[in-house]
Amino acid sequence: MEHNVVIAGFGGQGVMLLGELLAHAGMDEGKEVTWLPSYGPEQRGGTANCAVVVADEPIASPILTDPQAAIVFNRQSFDKFEPVVEKGGLLVLDSTLIDRKSSRADLDVVYIPATDIAMELGNSKFTNMVLLGAYLGKVKPISMASVHGSLAVFLTGKKAALIEVNKKALQAGVDFVNKK
Amino acid sequence: MSNKVLMKGAEALAEGAIQAGCRYYFGYPITPQNETPEYMSRRLPEVGGRFVQAESEVASINMVYGAACAGVRVMTSSSSPGISLMQEGISYISGSDVPCVIMNAMRGGPGLGNIAPAQADYFQAVKGGGNGDYKRIVLAPSSIQEGVDLFIDAFELADKYRMVVMVIVDGLIGQMMEPVEFKTRVDVSTLKTPEWATVGRHGRDHANIITSLTLDAPGLEQWNLKLQAKYAQVELAESRIEEYQMDDADYAIIAYGTMARIAKTTVRIARAQGIKLGLLRPITVWPFPAKQIQAYIGKLKGTLTVELAYRQLFEDVQLTLCDKMPLGWYGRGGGIVPGPQEILTAFEEQFGKGR
Repeated sequence: MEHNVVIAGFGGQGVMLLGELLAHAGMDEGKEVTWLPSYGPEQRGGTANCAVVVADEPIASPILTDPQAAIVFNRQSFDKFEPVVEKGGLLVLDSTLIDRKSSRADLDVVYIPATDIAMELGNSKFTNMVLLGAYLGKVKPISMASVHGSLAVFLTGKKAALIEVNKKALQAGVDFVNKK
Repeated sequence: MSNKVLMKGAEALAEGAIQAGCRYYFGYPITPQNETPEYMSRRLPEVGGRFVQAESEVASINMVYGAACAGVRVMTSSSSPGISLMQEGISYISGSDVPCVIMNAMRGGPGLGNIAPAQADYFQAVKGGGNGDYKRIVLAPSSIQEGVDLFIDAFELADKYRMVVMVIVDGLIGQMMEPVEFKTRVDVSTLKTPEWATVGRHGRDHANIITSLTLDAPGLEQWNLKLQAKYAQVELAESRIEEYQMDDADYAIIAYGTMARIAKTTVRIARAQGIKLGLLRPITVWPFPAKQIQAYIGKLKGTLTVELAYRQLFEDVQLTLCDKMPLGWYGRGGGIVPGPQEILTAFEEQFGKGR
């Protein structure tokens, strides 16, 4: 079994961290994982993105030409990755920031106002966790408990105080897709 | 719970070097391997080592040369154009019979090219690059864990044969994160300064002299013969290959590094379609695992060499298999990495449906 996803947005939106968290949680479950960032000039000015693969078997290709899913944070990323998600795949997008609907009928598209939900929780910086929650509510490459465990690894020292609100943001994402 | 950590390749390989006892790093920055010197600059002082950012690649490799003469475990790393600048030094180090490890995170070329994954430095790494008849051991990992393990082997091999060992990767392995486990295999405290090191006489009756200069021709020929004998020994003892799904294979893809990793998926897709495809993955590209590949003569109906370059690895496959079976080739350049399906399409174009 293999789950793969592209995560894309502006630098600073927590795109890479979302991917790392997913990969780390997968590793903690004993799964094979890869995390591949876009790097160098590609990263400057435009969108930042990373590809994460979580699998039971050794992962051959960390490059995703037609990912099973995409989590997109902004319009540019939406335009870039909407066409490449595989048929029947999943697209999770932040409808607070993306004003366009998907033109593909063959995708499961989650329009979640992730930034609005994050603001209600106190800070737009939790947007990435809301989107991750929505993704995990749809497909389950790893358990929520593992993500919680990884949060504690990433958020240490002063940031440890943010673990609970990040968990809430994750749950808000899960609840949003479960309500639908 | 395992002892695995999630690490970027360029950092994990650097830690592998430290675990192998490397205490000296000299280098000059270039993408896509800057995390390696960055990591070294942080870690080496913690373990009593030294990190120097040199003023150029030429300076870096000559600092490596100097440290190697002192008999310590030393390395540098760079990417394609930077490695080109080091070729003179590599030849001198090889001609002087001293050990060191060099990592090349290969990028698209020629020239300044770009920073995307490529394998177009194969000839430079495997066939030469610098002047004179020298060889270096070239290791080509295809995962971060393998890279870490091979980095430890690299230092052991360098010392064992007093040779340059090059580890060739690319930006994909350098930038990717994968779980990695460090298995301590080298007891650094047991590493001793070799007898030949130029670290002072210390009561010896002679001074050690290390040079690649031998003006008299018969003397230099003898020196060359000694080097050649060593290379022959390495060829016999150190070639390595991974044979994947080869037991009943009718065809094989031959690929190394990143390309081999992706070709593994091609093998899986082909198998699901009833094509008996396997993968032969050289782990050492010098010495080339010719014997292991030749063992499939008479068993295979053909091979497809796949590389991120234009017929470089393919030349070694041709030398290995000659006309013993149909030899197909597929490659992309300039930093383009073909996906598994693209490779399968290339296979089918050259070998039909593989039946």
